[in-house]
Amino acid sequence: MTLLSDRPLTAMIDPAAGPPDCAAYGRAGGWQAARRALGGLAPADIIDMVTRSKLRGRGGAGFSTGQKWSFVPKDPASERRKYLIANADEMEPGTFKDRLLLEGNPLQLVEGMILAAYGVQAGHGIVFLRGEYHLACTRLHHAIGEARQQGWLGENILGSGFSFDIHVHSSAGRYICGEETALLTALEGRRATPRSKPPFPQTGGLWGAPSVVNNVETLCNLPHIIANGPEWFAGLGLGEDGGTKIYGASGRVTKPGAWELPIGTPLRQIIEEHAGGMLPGYRLRALLPGGASTAFLDATSLDVAMDYGSVEKAGSRLGTGMAIILDDRTCPIGMIRNLEHFFAQESCGWCTPCRDGLPWVERLLTAIEDGTGQAEDMDHLARHARMLGAPGRTFCAHAPGAMAPLASGLKLFAADFTDHIRHGRCPLPAAHGGMNTRQGAPS
Amino acid sequence: MSTADAPLPAPLRAEILVLAAQELHPRGAAVAALRLVQARFGWVSTGHLCEVADLLGMSADDLDGVATYFNLLFRRPVGRHVIMLCDSVSCWIMGCEPLCDHLCRTLGIQPGETTADNAITVLPTVCIGHCDHAPAMLVDTTLHGDVDTVCLDHLIDTLRDTP
Repeated sequence: MTLLSDRPLTAMIDPAAGPPDCAAYGRAGGWQAARRALGGLAPADIIDMVTRSKLRGRGGAGFSTGQKWSFVPKDPASERRKYLIANADEMEPGTFKDRLLLEGNPLQLVEGMILAAYGVQAGHGIVFLRGEYHLACTRLHHAIGEARQQGWLGENILGSGFSFDIHVHSSAGRYICGEETALLTALEGRRATPRSKPPFPQTGGLWGAPSVVNNVETLCNLPHIIANGPEWFAGLGLGEDGGTKIYGASGRVTKPGAWELPIGTPLRQIIEEHAGGMLPGYRLRALLPGGASTAFLDATSLDVAMDYGSVEKAGSRLGTGMAIILDDRTCPIGMIRNLEHFFAQESCGWCTPCRDGLPWVERLLTAIEDGTGQAEDMDHLARHARMLGAPGRTFCAHAPGAMAPLASGLKLFAADFTDHIRHGRCPLPAAHGGMNTRQGAPS
Repeated sequence: MSTADAPLPAPLRAEILVLAAQELHPRGAAVAALRLVQARFGWVSTGHLCEVADLLGMSADDLDGVATYFNLLFRRPVGRHVIMLCDSVSCWIMGCEPLCDHLCRTLGIQPGETTADNAITVLPTVCIGHCDHAPAMLVDTTLHGDVDTVCLDHLIDTLRDTP
C-alpha cells in the first residue's frame, strides 16, 4: 500500500512474527483505504471502483464482486437493516488460503469488511467462521476488539456518520454452510439447508434483510483496491481478471504450500516452480485445480492460465485455486471414492437425488476399488454423473460439485476403471497404504 | 462427565440469555449456546439441550435438529481429549488411512469410540485446512501437521497423562 506491492494480500503476513496489531497495520499502510472511503467517497464510488477493478469472488463461483453488490437496495445503513457477511467457512477439501489470511492479518479482513459495508451501506457485519479454525478465531476476536477500541468499528466511525460493527459466528462444521444461502439459514439457528433463489440474499437474506456474503480473500482485496485504485488492481492480473490470487498445491509435491501470485499465473509455474515439482519417484498424473468440487485436468493441461475463463475452457473450474495433485502411484479410483465419501457425508439431505445419489455413488466406487465392481456399475456411475451433474436436477450446487471429479474421472481414468473391474482388484494395492513419505520416495 | 446430569449452572444460563438478546431472534444463538454448553461439559446432554431450547424459545426437537446437523456438536459423551484425524482428499493421498489404523490399533478402539480410561476419543473429520502439512489432525483445539506414527505414539502418551 505505502510501497505498492505486487503481493498486496500477503505483504504484511509474517508467520514467525504473528499478525500485525492496529498500530503496525497502520504503519505498513493499513487504514488508508478506510480513511479515504469514510473521509469523502460516496458508497456508489466504492461499488464503482470495485467493479472497475475486475475483482471476482474468490470463494469459488467467481461472480463479479461489484456487480453482486449492485443488487443491494441503496437505502443508507441508518435507515434500513442490512448485513455484510464474511464467508470464512473454508471447508473445500484441499483449501487453506483463507486460514492464512485470517491468521496472518485479520485486520486486513476487518478493513475490507468496513469498506464493503460502507459500499452497500450495511450496519451489521458478521464473520461466519468454521468451528475448526481455533487460532483464526482467537486472532480475529483480538483484531476486532482492537479495531473497536481504536474507533474503526462502532458508532459514527471517524465522524463519518457511518456506523458498523462485526460479530464473529463460530460455526460447528458443515461444508454446505459455505453455500451462501445455507450460511444464512445456519445464522438463523436452523439446519443449514440452502434456500431457493429468488429472493437473492442481496434483497432478502439474513432474517429477510438485504445481505451480502463475500469470501474472506475477496474482502481482503478491498483495502488495496480503494487505497491504490482499481486500475492498478486490474493491472496486477495477467489476463482478463484483476488482482492477485492465493494459489496452492497439496499432494506429493516437493514443497506443498500457498502463494500469492498474479491471477492468471500458469498452472505449470505454480506446480513446478512454487511447489517444487513432484517428489522424487513420483510423476504427476492429474490434478483438481481448485478444490474437491472441480473437474480433473491431466498433465497435458499444465499450461492453462489459472483464471476463471481459461480453466473453464480447459474443462474445469478455477474454484478456490488450491490444486490437489494426483500422482502416478496413487489410485485415481481410490481418490474419487474418497472425494465422493466427503460429498455424501456432507450432503445436507434436503433433496433426494443428492441425499440418496451420493452414497450410492460412493458404494459403487468402493465396490470397484475393492475388486467387486461389475461392468454395469460404470453405467450407473455415468448416469449419476449426468443426473446429478451441472446444470443438475438437485436443489443446490453441492451434487453438481460432487459430480465434477467423477464425470471427468470416468473419462480420464477409463482404463483404470476397466482394469479394476476386469481383474477384480486395485492394481495399485500399496498406493495409499504407505506412511507419510513427504521426506522422499517410497522404498 | 457426570455433571451432564445436573441442570445448567445459573451463570451459564445467564450467558446464554445474553447471547440470545444480542440476536435479532433468540434462535440465532442456537449454535453459540450449544457450543458454550459443550465447552463446559464436553458434550450436549438431552437434559441440557432441553434447557437451552427453553431459554431460546425453541422446541427441544427443533434444537436437536440443529445440534445433530453439525459435525462439531457432540450429542454423546466424548473422552477428555478428542483427536480429529482428517480423512479428506489431500490427507488421504498422504496416507491418513494407515495412520488412522495405527491410532485405533494402539488405543484399542474403532473410529468414533472412546478409550476405556475415558482419555481419548478418535473422530475422523473432514478437511481442516492444513493440506500443505498433510496428514493433519486437530487434537482438541490444536492443529498438528505432517503427522506420522512416531508423533501419534508420543501424543497418545502425553494425552493420557493430561487431565
